[in-house]
Amino acid sequence: MSSFFQDHRNSLLALGVAIVAFMMSAYVVPEEEQVVIIRTGNPVGVVNTPGGETGAGLYLRVPFIDSVRRIEKRLLDLEMNDEEVLSADQQRLLVNAYARFRITDPVRMVERAGTTDGVRNALEPILNSVLRQELGRRTFQSMLTAERGSALANVRANLDRQARQYGAEVVDVKIMRTDLPEAPLQSAFRRMESDREREARTIRAGGSRDARIIRAEADAEAARIYAESFGKDAEFYDFYRAMQSYDATFSNGENPSESSIILSPDNEYLRQFRGRR
Amino acid sequence: MAGKKSPWGGGSGNGGDNDKPTGSNGGDKPKGPRNPWLPPGGGDDGRRAPNIEDIFKNRGPEGPRRGGGGGGSNFRFPQRPGGKSWFPVAVVAIIGLGLVATSFHLIGPQQEAVVKTLGNYTRKMEPGLNFSAPFPIETVDVEDVEGVRTVRIPGNNSQAKLILTGDQNLVDLSYIVRWNIKDLEGFKFRVVDPEETVNEAAEAAMRASVAETELDETFSGQGRAAIEQDVRERMQATLDSYGAGVRVLGVEIEKADPPAQVVDAFRDVQVAEQNADAARNQARGYAQQVLAQAEGEAEAFDKVYEQYRLAPQVTRQRLYYETMERVLSQTDKTIVETNNVTPYLPLPEIRRRAQEPTTTITAPEGQ
Repeated sequence: MSSFFQDHRNSLLALGVAIVAFMMSAYVVPEEEQVVIIRTGNPVGVVNTPGGETGAGLYLRVPFIDSVRRIEKRLLDLEMNDEEVLSADQQRLLVNAYARFRITDPVRMVERAGTTDGVRNALEPILNSVLRQELGRRTFQSMLTAERGSALANVRANLDRQARQYGAEVVDVKIMRTDLPEAPLQSAFRRMESDREREARTIRAGGSRDARIIRAEADAEAARIYAESFGKDAEFYDFYRAMQSYDATFSNGENPSESSIILSPDNEYLRQFRGRR
Repeated sequence: MAGKKSPWGGGSGNGGDNDKPTGSNGGDKPKGPRNPWLPPGGGDDGRRAPNIEDIFKNRGPEGPRRGGGGGGSNFRFPQRPGGKSWFPVAVVAIIGLGLVATSFHLIGPQQEAVVKTLGNYTRKMEPGLNFSAPFPIETVDVEDVEGVRTVRIPGNNSQAKLILTGDQNLVDLSYIVRWNIKDLEGFKFRVVDPEETVNEAAEAAMRASVAETELDETFSGQGRAAIEQDVRERMQATLDSYGAGVRVLGVEIEKADPPAQVVDAFRDVQVAEQNADAARNQARGYAQQVLAQAEGEAEAFDKVYEQYRLAPQVTRQRLYYETMERVLSQTDKTIVETNNVTPYLPLPEIRRRAQEPTTTITAPEGQ
């Protein structure tokens, strides 16, 4: 086993040294990253920056002297935690937003913020305050409408201006959540409840109104039918209806002999009975 | 033999020196266990510049040089016939195998792959058998581009997701976003965490959309469809502006309910609607009954009247007598001769009857 190494000792050693030297001086910049080369503390070059001349690939550096600082080239996100924001009409609102940014000037970023996390830390309070300012100028209602778009455009512009100082570019700011804090939440629930109660009442009232109208229309229609039919001979109707009425009143089929009738002999019914003519 | 050091780093493998005669490497190389593939520390703030070492570590089983030749440390290779070691042969064979394995890529029908040559994106691989330069030179990243990915928002946490509507009400909403990859290059190289980006874009778009919708619309089918469409378009616009390479296939609202706290009031509205409907139905029933009765009575009168007109006097008399017959046959009758006599009313009789409902009437005068 050792004979192989013995035979080729020098060439293997040379190869090893060459490989080690290559490994120490070569570095790969992948598509997702940009790189700042720092020579004894000073940035001396950049690789694969957005819009830069060099792209991703294999690069060489001077070992020990040049160090390579890798920086994300892709779009990064900056999230803001739930913050209570006061609107222009003194309503409280829980807002949660995010911003998307990318590093466009890595040298400046390295100098001013160090790392992307440094940029995040720097931008977070700025996003926070810019958002507060902007939303504080608007009413609660307008935050819920399309106007929100223009507010966010302003926030983005303001944040972008600050971010440029750190070599970053803010692509987008979006509000993820606008929620009510606990106390207004409860009152919103109460309002929703009373809204629904009102609605339920209106619906019930509407139902009974419709029912009444339907009944009245039917009654009116029935009256018309009666009048049309009976009006042909009011005098006969009087007689006819009287007969029906007597029937209904006196000849109660269920318990017959409940009524007593005292007839005078003058009664028309008894005219023949009396045999007079 | 003791003076020789392995060019592969000696005993840098784990405990490899146990059965190797070159045990003294710790003495003549102070940083003995250190991996020679790593650059000296402190050169660049702890970051290991050449990533090839990482790459090898991640290669899995076929990674041939893990730990710098440690493979040969734990056991003695059998001797070749010529008395030489199999070790170099094995190393070469493993490396060769790895190179070959990383050069063939079978891309499935739903998949695409991006090829990076030394980190630099060079080309895309379409479905089928593809070749690339072996691993360290070209890396191939295969991704399912056609497959539909589904995100459910809110996720598994049972907490209700309340969203403010345009009329400052709250709606408890959950929805599903379906998406796939439109542009693999963008998906890989433009955005740090595409999945999370999709989630956030969905959330922002949904809240913006619902904020422009009235509460009742979020419950109605048509309103929901409008929101779904709107969210899809907003999301697509946002993601396109990021160059995220994502295609939003659809947004489906699974559930849009009133918040649990006020759900009773909402139910009461439904109950009210049913009550109102019930009242209307009852009224309609009444109307039909009344009309039927009116029509029936009118019709009956018309029929009788027709006959009456033919012979008024006789019909009238007949009706009168028939009715009186029915009436008087079922009642007690008392006939009082009134002419000059004070009528005696059988009051005890009547009083006895008075315990039951009694009707007393004096006969009508004439007809």
